[in-house]
Amino acid sequence: MNDIFRTLHNGSAIPFDEVPRLEVTAFLQAIIDATDRGWRVSSYFGIPTESGATLCCVLSSKADGLIGMAAADVAGSFPSIARLVPQLQLFEREIAEQCGIPAEEHPWFKPVRFHHSFVPGRDAWGRNPGDPILPGVMEFYRVEGEEVHEVAVGPEHAGIIEPGHFRFQCHGEEVFHLEISLGYQHRGIEQGLVGGPDPRTPFRMETIAGDTTIGHMHAHCMAMEALSGTRVPARAEALRGIALELERLANHTGDLGAIAGDVGYLPTASFCGRIRGDFLNMTAVLCGSRFGRGLVRPGGVLFDLGEAERDDLLARLDAARADLENAVELLWSTPSVMSRLENTGAVSADTARELGLVGPAARACGLNRDVRHDYPYGIFRMAQIPVITTHHGDVCARTTVRWLEAGKSLDFIRDQLRQLPGGGCRNEPGPLQGNRVAVAMTEGWRGEICHVAITDDAGRFLRYKVTDPSFHNWAGLAMALRGEQISDFPLCNKSFNLSYCGFDL
Amino acid sequence: MLREIIARLKQGHRTMAYPKEPVQLPERFRGYPEFPARVERADGEACAAACPHGAITCDGGIALDTGLCLFCPECTAGEYVRFTTDHRLAATRREHLLVRSGGEHQLARPLEPRLRSLLGRSLKFREVSAGGCNACEADTNVLSTIGWDLGRFGIQFVASPRHADGLWVTGPVTENMREALLMTWEAIPGPKIVVACGACAIGGGPFAGSPEARDGVDGILPVDLYIPGCPPHPAAILDGLLRLVGKIEGE
Ligand code: SF4
Repeated sequence: MNDIFRTLHNGSAIPFDEVPRLEVTAFLQAIIDATDRGWRVSSYFGIPTESGATLCCVLSSKADGLIGMAAADVAGSFPSIARLVPQLQLFEREIAEQCGIPAEEHPWFKPVRFHHSFVPGRDAWGRNPGDPILPGVMEFYRVEGEEVHEVAVGPEHAGIIEPGHFRFQCHGEEVFHLEISLGYQHRGIEQGLVGGPDPRTPFRMETIAGDTTIGHMHAHCMAMEALSGTRVPARAEALRGIALELERLANHTGDLGAIAGDVGYLPTASFCGRIRGDFLNMTAVLCGSRFGRGLVRPGGVLFDLGEAERDDLLARLDAARADLENAVELLWSTPSVMSRLENTGAVSADTARELGLVGPAARACGLNRDVRHDYPYGIFRMAQIPVITTHHGDVCARTTVRWLEAGKSLDFIRDQLRQLPGGGCRNEPGPLQGNRVAVAMTEGWRGEICHVAITDDAGRFLRYKVTDPSFHNWAGLAMALRGEQISDFPLCNKSFNLSYCGFDL
Repeated sequence: MLREIIARLKQGHRTMAYPKEPVQLPERFRGYPEFPARVERADGEACAAACPHGAITCDGGIALDTGLCLFCPECTAGEYVRFTTDHRLAATRREHLLVRSGGEHQLARPLEPRLRSLLGRSLKFREVSAGGCNACEADTNVLSTIGWDLGRFGIQFVASPRHADGLWVTGPVTENMREALLMTWEAIPGPKIVVACGACAIGGGPFAGSPEARDGVDGILPVDLYIPGCPPHPAAILDGLLRLVGKIEGE
């Protein structure tokens, strides 16, 4: 691996001063070189300083199974390299918005979440500090010409769904371009963590994206455990893995049903709607909450699994597998469904790579990336789950990946339940060590989740950075729509099913 | 077509018998609280100070505010509070969410008769997520699946506020959604009702005190039904709704 970056394993911590502080040009060049070699940017953020920010970049190298980190101090503004490394474009805008310093020569320099910066009075767009910042107020990209028209949708949508604004530039039915503007769900999660953790921190972690309670909470716990040097008992790791895969199953099942519903195929839609609930109810057997609230805590899990519950879960799992197979097989054998899924909303492997897509959306384009496999953590160091990829990058591919992954998760849970390790399920975590940085990544059902925690002298959070998979993937949805019929937007959107609150934080 | 029919037969009829029969809840479900031990004043004050969400108060006896409570498994009140598997948490008045030792269990009450007769047998909501984490949204949505089949009670979620009788709010009301929420409320023809679904919508939940959110709907719009929980179990939501429209009464 490269000697410029300080490397570390997923879920470990190092002294923060071991992260090389580079001169900014060298820092940016190192990022360009590393991404050229196939590294991905897992996180890129700023720690606000009096004159600007300390930029920190967290890259991951699949070939080495390692994470690399470097930093640079900037004053007043910082240079954008998004033209060379497109996967950085949103990160740079986020840094600008949070630290209040502009990204020079950014090709698409717009706010991300529409909030005041972390530094009172400092604003990357020179907006008046006293004025309110209104969501969605920015220059939208426009295609002009005769017969070109614009369609604006949201923030509110027709269903029970989170808010976001979508602008389509269309020619007749054909979409030339889709621009997505979010921020409506912004709850101030990262600002609220500075000086933490406090007793409310776990609850905020579990609600970063409520449908990914386990995925985010697990990443948070890994960061806390690395910072405090806490060992997690094997039994707890297995139970966390079971909960994570149940979360994946519930959401994948829900998505399979929703995709069927969007092409008007109601049998699978209604069966999957119910079966999704069966998986949520299995999580509730573990901990009383259908979303896994209160299960995972630093040091382990709060609920052990008894014999009776284990047998109950195994029986439920078998029943759900039979129902799910029955419901989803219908899709593949119905030509009218397949013709709607195939060749709709395709994203090429090159585009996916350039944008840094993650999770099923990336795997559907043939990119073999999965944190469970590439940077194994917790139970996945002992028990591997095969990575599923397909090629076409269209709605059908994203549907297929979900379906095949669901099968692998079912196998995994069954095996884990049958061979649960003995012993306790929680060790009391100690205090956090000061002046350290921890990086923790998990594979949520939408893809890579990355938490980076940096502590100050006293072991309190100096900066806590959360990157939800949706942060990488919204741009993928925008690209999927190019050249498509606008009426296919709901279907394409469902096939990505990205998080608004996970993005908005 | 034949395949669909066979699949339909295999999947069977799955709509639950609730409310005719009791709803199945997981053993570890944390629902309506009770106070098993007598609490001395000092202990009660310690409990109040320890709860990170400010759900416990102690003046003349311990009380738990289910609107603020997140039903944590690691409840700091320890042996003084026990969560039963009773899902009936919804209430029609904010103060009814304050559960006191020995106090009466305040269930949600029906809408006033004039409004009920105006609504007839149908009640339609426009849902707005104002910073919700997609858990309250998901467990509201689930009521429309075949397992719960909300439609059989004449209750429905609709696409336009113009078609709605009420506003269904999830989330702590973020700064960035406040205006859209108010515009939706304006667009609903009166008379109209408001439901605050989940801890965030009631009091900000985990995000209480965040400068980017408003600690819930109270103080912004008049709330007619509060449904506690983070997120509320679908059964808690349905209980509140059915009581509101008078389809469940008494215990
Ligand atoms: S469960 Fe949590 S929120 Fe409720 S009283 Fe106990 S500590 Fe407070």
